[in-house]
Amino acid sequence: MSGATLLARRWGWRYAGRRAWAVGNLDLTVPAGQRVLLLGASGSGKSTLLVGLGGLLHGQESGQAAGELLVDGVPAYEARHRTGFLLQDPDSQLVMSRSGDDVAFGPECHGVPPDQIWPRVDEAMDAVGFGYGRDRPTAALSGGEKQRLALAGQLANRPGLLLLDEPTANLDPEGAALVREAVAAAVAATASTLVVVEHRVEEWLPIIDRVVVLGDGELVADGPPDEVFGRHRDALERMGVWVPGTVVRAAAPRTVATTPVLRADAVSYRHRGALFDAVRATTLSLRAGEALAVVGPNGSGKTTLAMMLAGLARPRTGSVLAPDANRPLHRRRPASLVRAVGTVFQQPEHQFVRSTVRDELVQAPKRLGWSAERSAARADDLLDRLGLTVLAEANPFTLSGGQQRRLSVATALSGAPPALVLDEPTFGQDARTWRELLRLLEEVRDAGTALVTVSHDRAFVTALADRVLPMADGMVAA
Amino acid sequence: MTATSHSAPAVARIPRWRTVDIVVTSVVAAMFGALYWAWQYMPITQMFGFFPPFAALLNTVWLMAGPVGALIVRKPGAAIYTEMVAALFEALIGTHWGTSVLVYGLVEGAGAELAFLLFAYRVWRLPVALLSGALAGAAMALLDVWIYRYYTGWSLGYQLSYLAAAVAGGAIVAGALSWYLVRAMAATGVLAPFASGRRQRLI
Amino acid sequence: MTLVLGAPVVRRRGGTLNPTSKVLAMAVVAVPLFLSTDAVTSGIMVAVELVALPLLGVGPRMLGRAGAPILFGLAGIWLANWIVSGNLSGLVAVSLRLVALGLPGLLLVVTTDPVDLADALVQRWHVSPRFAYGALAALRLIPLLIDEVQTMRRARRARGIGAGWTPVSWARLTGGLLFGMLVQAIRRGVRLAAAMDSRGFDSAAERTFARQSTVTWRDHLFVLATAIVVAVAVAVSMATGHWHLLFS
Repeated sequence: MSGATLLARRWGWRYAGRRAWAVGNLDLTVPAGQRVLLLGASGSGKSTLLVGLGGLLHGQESGQAAGELLVDGVPAYEARHRTGFLLQDPDSQLVMSRSGDDVAFGPECHGVPPDQIWPRVDEAMDAVGFGYGRDRPTAALSGGEKQRLALAGQLANRPGLLLLDEPTANLDPEGAALVREAVAAAVAATASTLVVVEHRVEEWLPIIDRVVVLGDGELVADGPPDEVFGRHRDALERMGVWVPGTVVRAAAPRTVATTPVLRADAVSYRHRGALFDAVRATTLSLRAGEALAVVGPNGSGKTTLAMMLAGLARPRTGSVLAPDANRPLHRRRPASLVRAVGTVFQQPEHQFVRSTVRDELVQAPKRLGWSAERSAARADDLLDRLGLTVLAEANPFTLSGGQQRRLSVATALSGAPPALVLDEPTFGQDARTWRELLRLLEEVRDAGTALVTVSHDRAFVTALADRVLPMADGMVAA
Repeated sequence: MTATSHSAPAVARIPRWRTVDIVVTSVVAAMFGALYWAWQYMPITQMFGFFPPFAALLNTVWLMAGPVGALIVRKPGAAIYTEMVAALFEALIGTHWGTSVLVYGLVEGAGAELAFLLFAYRVWRLPVALLSGALAGAAMALLDVWIYRYYTGWSLGYQLSYLAAAVAGGAIVAGALSWYLVRAMAATGVLAPFASGRRQRLI
Repeated sequence: MTLVLGAPVVRRRGGTLNPTSKVLAMAVVAVPLFLSTDAVTSGIMVAVELVALPLLGVGPRMLGRAGAPILFGLAGIWLANWIVSGNLSGLVAVSLRLVALGLPGLLLVVTTDPVDLADALVQRWHVSPRFAYGALAALRLIPLLIDEVQTMRRARRARGIGAGWTPVSWARLTGGLLFGMLVQAIRRGVRLAAAMDSRGFDSAAERTFARQSTVTWRDHLFVLATAIVVAVAVAVSMATGHWHLLFS
């Protein structure tokens, strides 16, 4: 097992149905065993290059190629079975219901003799440090563990080239660390060539030895990390890359009004059939223009608390009240709930209910009984503020990740609720979208809307929150 | 910049099912299987499922998987496959028709498939979808009334009205509704890997 | 893992029947029941099946739970025929037939792990591995989609959309949810397919098997016994004059 060499010679790719070339005229050489970090803004062509290296850009249906892209001297498409590919979403990569069976899937497909399959499976699972046995159901694994298993599945094929497409984007910090460790161990053991696309660069630095930056489909920078980050810092920041060493400014201390906007009175929550509370009796009140961040490890109950504050989960004891009505939030009818609090979900797509962006924004005001003119004016205003005017008639599902995120925040704001609950709003976002979102939420907060955020993102919490509520085991940690 | 296109041979051949075709039809079938299972317990089905031809109309919901699958992936055999897998999943979850649903899946799927076959798998527009639904409905009526004989107590008149309702209902529910559903999905961009999702203009 | 509500399959490697044997049994049982709808054939088969099922691993409780829908359906058919025509003749035979056809399938569903089923179909019956394992992988996505429904319902509530009091608004809400689920299902399916291909699913190499699907003397005995029971049932039916060919 040795690493593959990569060669791009005037390579370009244009997707079917597009006018512009996603990547054009690229020249790149990667020697065996090198570890490369591939950076660039959304739309810079870095994903295209990665997918091309994986040999998955093939066929007249998908698009048109120019030049050559070779892996170990053969076109990428033909070398694709010697290439391991790890994607963002752990759930979409696991094929079988038991861990061992899943890792064995690759060798089975390649015709490895049956008596060699299980030894390879064990070898791959050891290489990534997978902590469970072969019979562990995949559904019982955490996100980070699933990604580790997926990596083991790739390693079982003994690839010469490992391609990782934002493997930690959907994971919390613990999960991300698990994956990084696994990757480090894997490349150390196998000496394969590595190409990683990631936004959060800092934690990957110890593993990589070269940085390649793409912009608008062309090579912009290439070299050792120190050199690239030193010389191109500003350009990279503009692109949305988290340049190591960026300091996030903490939220300036502000005076907050005392008008209460939401009050939770000794609310607790227990999952159906569970023996213990997921959230233990918690009392808190939220004031206008205040930004509260709820933080804590997985399973601490922070999302459940947020759902109760949003009126979307029924507390076992206690209730959450808003000043405009006597009924607890969870018992209010949806049209009435929207008057008190808006919610932004982790995955924007879960909230899309209409077929154009404009209709999405007009939906809540109409529900609240606003006049047609007022609704339309509000929609236009939001479109403008969020830079979505051009996309007003587009289908929400066709928007890019960052655009969808902005739209989902806009829809929650469209009814002008006094409070906003956000569940992991910065998940999977690059630095540019992150900054835009932060700016937007600061404006919203300063205008008097109360915010409750659940977030793993330390930088985001530091920059936005007036108050931080750490949770552990369902309780607010002192 | 010289552009080389990876071109398929000019000779037309039976398009092969790609992995994505198999997985997507399977998961769509699974969803319909669950829907089918739930549909039998819906209050409306419980209350009105006894009066022909209304029963036939309600039963046409069980015909949707085939046309939807075929319209999404546009491959030969897609209608039969999707309908059969949906029946299989419905049976797995637990249905009171037992595993006879598998036979239903096969025959209804064949009915739906026939329509697309008649057009050499080249036309995927609304009229063909309507025909597909109608034929599937006819197949269902055939099974319900004459082969499985669920309605042995009914007179010939009732039985024929069941057939008529099944054909009409099939065309509307399993044909037109399926077609609109696939079109709505294409608008979201999620069908991009398939020919059915590719009618967008150049951006 | 099965989808029979709430019932996990106890996976016993070796010492259990190969899934293909169960499928074969289902087919064998179906043959005479398609040819004749008399109550004697069906009756005998039902009796034997009810005795055999517990012996093959489907205990009474499981039988009750998984078999309940069949009884429910029977009630529906009786009601349908009674309301419309008041003519209940022949329904006993139809009911018995339904049960006789359904029970072997129940055996398959309750005692078989889907992975084993896929392995057996591919290795013993040479079903295309691409279809068998492609469908198996898609099956794995279902629990994920179900979880997403709850999130999507909450998301809609958060947008001010609720199940109104009218069937129309209920239909709109449910339709919207179903559409959302379908979109998510396809999206996940596309990604899963890409992952499978990247693991080599579309390679031209001949596939090998990590788990071997074996057939033992128990399987042969089981299928043989099923055939014998069927023959006996048909013989008795013919001897007592109840045999009535369907299309004659």
